[in-house]
Amino acid sequence: MAGLELLSDQGYRIDGRKATELRKIQARMGVFAQADGSAYLEQGNTKVLAVVYGPHEMRGSRSRARHDRAVINCQYSMATFSTAERKRRPHGDRKSTEMSLHLKQTFEAAVMTQLFPRSQIDIYVKILQSDGGNYSVCVNAATLAVIDAGIPMRDYVCACTVGFVDETPLADLCYAEEGGGVSSLGLALLPRSSQIALVQMDARLHQDNLDALMEAAMTACKGVSKVLDEVVRQHLQEASMLARD
Amino acid sequence: MMAAVEVSEAEKVYILHGIRDDLRVDGRGCEDYRHMEIETDVVSNTDGSAKVTLGHTVVLVGIKTEIGKPRPMVPNEGYLEFFVDCSANATPEFEGRGGEELGTELSNTLYRVFNNKHSIDLKRLCISPGEHCWVLYVDVLLLQCDGNLYDAMSIAIKAALFNTKIPKVFISSDDEGGKDIELSDDPYDCMRLNVENVPCIVTLCKVGHRHIVDATLQEKACSVASLIMSVTHKGTVTCTRKVGGGSLDPESIFEMTEAGKRVGKALHAPLMKLLEQEESLGKKQQKVGFFG
Repeated sequence: MAGLELLSDQGYRIDGRKATELRKIQARMGVFAQADGSAYLEQGNTKVLAVVYGPHEMRGSRSRARHDRAVINCQYSMATFSTAERKRRPHGDRKSTEMSLHLKQTFEAAVMTQLFPRSQIDIYVKILQSDGGNYSVCVNAATLAVIDAGIPMRDYVCACTVGFVDETPLADLCYAEEGGGVSSLGLALLPRSSQIALVQMDARLHQDNLDALMEAAMTACKGVSKVLDEVVRQHLQEASMLARD
Repeated sequence: MMAAVEVSEAEKVYILHGIRDDLRVDGRGCEDYRHMEIETDVVSNTDGSAKVTLGHTVVLVGIKTEIGKPRPMVPNEGYLEFFVDCSANATPEFEGRGGEELGTELSNTLYRVFNNKHSIDLKRLCISPGEHCWVLYVDVLLLQCDGNLYDAMSIAIKAALFNTKIPKVFISSDDEGGKDIELSDDPYDCMRLNVENVPCIVTLCKVGHRHIVDATLQEKACSVASLIMSVTHKGTVTCTRKVGGGSLDPESIFEMTEAGKRVGKALHAPLMKLLEQEESLGKKQQKVGFFG
């Protein structure tokens, strides 16, 4: 590897974390008044806004409507200033379209769409600052936004990106680690039932190591779910306090 | 144009009568702004950024600096580039390419208002005439629309320009006469822009026989047309444009211009005071961002 040591002999990573340590997660729900649900989430230096509109009547062509469930519509976009080098377009490129599709799949597995036949749920995520794990952070933020909108879900969907370096799985990769030639795996999990909503890996890894990596990813996702649960509970407490006044 | 609001005839009458008596639905007078919040330095991978909340309108501006080639017509000046991203976060109508038209209209107007030597000292952005200059990419992100986008955007841009730190560079020539650009080693050694002459945009909406400042979406739905004007701290008008479908008579344009000058002039002093105050707090200050 070119000069960059991702895991030191003492077991520390480039940003000082231990192998299984997550980045600091801070979040707030209900940041916007006009949307049905919204959330802002920071995971380390990655900052994401998620907004949910719906469930509402189908917009545009009605032929896409399903008679037995709601259609989930996602758009992933990145602010032009979110990356180190300025992006020319916020969305519409291949990578964002793929990311939108992944988000759609993830939330179709989690939202109880059968409760809203013939309707549509819009989930829009926007990366304000990008520092690795974009997909995972978007899923985590969107989960909070869907909860804020009061749309029933089977469980929280928690996502985490993990990597494999020197026979050790690393949890919650940052940008420097993602770019450092690590084989990484993105996993979205419904933690209580341990059901996997999405798994993606497009790097080489020995089959023997896959189990360890999956195990680490699931543990990391369960860690994220604890933090998200805390955020939701705190938000509800604040909201109920305000309602009482 | 933006997030649709349905206003019934009865509501329209209510709003119109209120404005006639200088009392708007939310209790404001005709020339009052809504509650405004400004925060700078909110996105750390930009060279300057600001977030402005005006009522429910939320605008985030990030400025990135890059070295580019000066325009041939003005070899000794740098320039600004504007991009307005009407994101789907603001309203589902902006999904896909839905926000592009509005975005282009807004960014073209912003370019006309801000990219001239009377607003910003563009000569300072020049590194070596005809060869290298600083290009400021001003990217505006609309996160929520609740009327009066122009005013909120212009204030956010002024605040972000104030916050922008351009690295210092040195030009050294090598043996063959070629020039090299060297960046200063000290990241705190940077150039700041003088934003004194940067104008703010004031939008005046003609509602009934009167005009109002900082219209909400409901009020905008009752208005025939509006006038946007950029006003400097001295009260000089640098740009005006009529927007909207209706028509305005010359007399009311005159009245609106006078009101706009007054309102626009009054906007600058408190804004600069706020920005300087925030700056003086430095790194100690806890950033609120979206947690507020």
